[in-house]
Amino acid sequence: MTALVRARDVRRDYPLERDAVHALRGVSLEIERGEYLAIVGPSGCGKSSLLNLLGAIDAPTSGTVEIEGRNVGTLGDREVTDFRLRHIGFVFQRFYLLPILTARENVELPMAEAGVATAERRQRSTELLRYVDLGDRVRHRPSQLSGGEQQRVAIARALANRPSLLLADEPTGELDARTGQEIISLFGRLNADGTTVVVVTHDESLARAARRIVHMRDGEIVQDEVSRG
Amino acid sequence: MRLLLALASLRRNRARTILAVLGVAIAAAMLLDMVMLSTGMRESFRELLLSRGFQMRLTPRGTLPFDTEASIAGASAITDSLRARPEIDLVSPVLGASVHVLRGDSSITTFALGVDPSSQGDYQIASGHDVTAPNTFVANEDFLRATHARIGDTLRIAAGFDPQLRTHSGERALVLAGRARFLYLAAGQLAVAIPLRTLQEMTGAAREDRVSLFMVRLRDPSRIGPVKRWMRAALPTIDVISTADAMARVDERLSYFRQLSAILGAVSLIVGFLLVTTLVTVSVNERVGEIVVMRAIGVSRAHVVQQIVLEGTAMSIMGAVLGTGLGLITARYLNAILSRFPGLPAAIDFFLFQPRAAWTAIGLLTACGVLAGLYPAWRAASLPLASTLREEAVA
Repeated sequence: MTALVRARDVRRDYPLERDAVHALRGVSLEIERGEYLAIVGPSGCGKSSLLNLLGAIDAPTSGTVEIEGRNVGTLGDREVTDFRLRHIGFVFQRFYLLPILTARENVELPMAEAGVATAERRQRSTELLRYVDLGDRVRHRPSQLSGGEQQRVAIARALANRPSLLLADEPTGELDARTGQEIISLFGRLNADGTTVVVVTHDESLARAARRIVHMRDGEIVQDEVSRG
Repeated sequence: MRLLLALASLRRNRARTILAVLGVAIAAAMLLDMVMLSTGMRESFRELLLSRGFQMRLTPRGTLPFDTEASIAGASAITDSLRARPEIDLVSPVLGASVHVLRGDSSITTFALGVDPSSQGDYQIASGHDVTAPNTFVANEDFLRATHARIGDTLRIAAGFDPQLRTHSGERALVLAGRARFLYLAAGQLAVAIPLRTLQEMTGAAREDRVSLFMVRLRDPSRIGPVKRWMRAALPTIDVISTADAMARVDERLSYFRQLSAILGAVSLIVGFLLVTTLVTVSVNERVGEIVVMRAIGVSRAHVVQQIVLEGTAMSIMGAVLGTGLGLITARYLNAILSRFPGLPAAIDFFLFQPRAAWTAIGLLTACGVLAGLYPAWRAASLPLASTLREEAVA
């Protein structure tokens, strides 16, 4: 396997008025293509900060993050936005679907942004919604879907442009146990189909489903283990 | 997709969008009315001046037509010399005077035009016939209403009133030949037209062979410059006013209207701008999370800005289109009120609809909509992604 993501001695400080919060204190991490990795740790340990850096929606204070061999910290706003669009899929705790669009339109949004032709968008969004078992809900708006269904639409949206890396921040945080389990299964299926998945979670069952678990505390990686789940 | 998103965002809060569009429509209506007012009266006046094809007016030096009682002597000779010029197609000498319709001990005062019926350009016959005989006259509707006269009636009409002797210099029994619509007179003004020679005789020696105004029509309007130069050399005591000169004087006199309309138009634009800015800002603040997520999943800053600007623009366009209809209705109502303005020709439209005015109003408001959306759009699209996502998650 080749390294898809390479973070080297990454620091992230958030300046305050008199002091600074050191969210990450020299984190180094490599993620191979096809891996399924969970980042766990107590609140405030720097999990989400690390995920933001791995997803190129934030830049490190020092150190480098390379994704597919590109140092994303050096890219300008336009380039890094385009990089996220084509290479990274995001799943958020609160789904963040656009309530004014249908499930299909939400899935089509990143494809439209990437300039995919309408017919192709239509075909791929249908396939993706079927993949997440929502083939019969394409015309429903988020308000007409349950939490689990909304998260599945969000996953379909994250997969729209065939990203090489799927990042999820507490994807089961807003869901009940049964629905959370459906999402965990879906991530397992996605990884089995070849998608590299990185999840940040407090959810033990979600973490156990991953094949590799990275433990963090106080902005540092304290343990990097192969899951026994 | 961006247009779909923009329209869907507007539909999300329908009541607020409808109220905003109504607000913009009122601003648009006012703006349209002000644009119509600033240009309409001028255009209407120009159309009126050219309505009978006379491009030049000759008046006593330093006056405008019928501004004063000043008159031009030697009218017959001037008429002949003008008619002899090959460039000139038609010459209409006109004398203006006050006359009195005598009824026992009382009288009704009216404005009279002494005209040559073969070349006159001051009125159109609505019924009956023109002043073909020396003892006939035509009158407008207001005159007929005030005197209860009918076509065929003979009225005693006098001119040249001397207030000390309480006598008139001339009195005639004139037959009402027809009803006419006078083009240049104010609303409600009583008016008659009498053959020029008859009116000159009635007004006495002081007005013998005199006129207040010559109206001149050229065969080729492009020859106006040389003809004007010849007139100024040949008739040094007369002012030669072309339509362009008249428009320049009108512009001068209408500057107050233009200033007023410019100020009120600018206020309407500012109100529309602030309204759209406020509503777009409120709308953007309500969905910061959505916007940041769009940016996070790869929607470019430019496209987020475009989508939000489109919302403001769509609101402005809808308001502007609705406001155009509203503006036309209010303009019609206001025009009816202002057309009774004393001293101005009743045929003048204060609010003359011109497609250009409507496009100007719609264009200005659309530009305002674009500008109004720019600041909130740029602010939203420039939010730091990671920290905003964290704040949204905490919220």
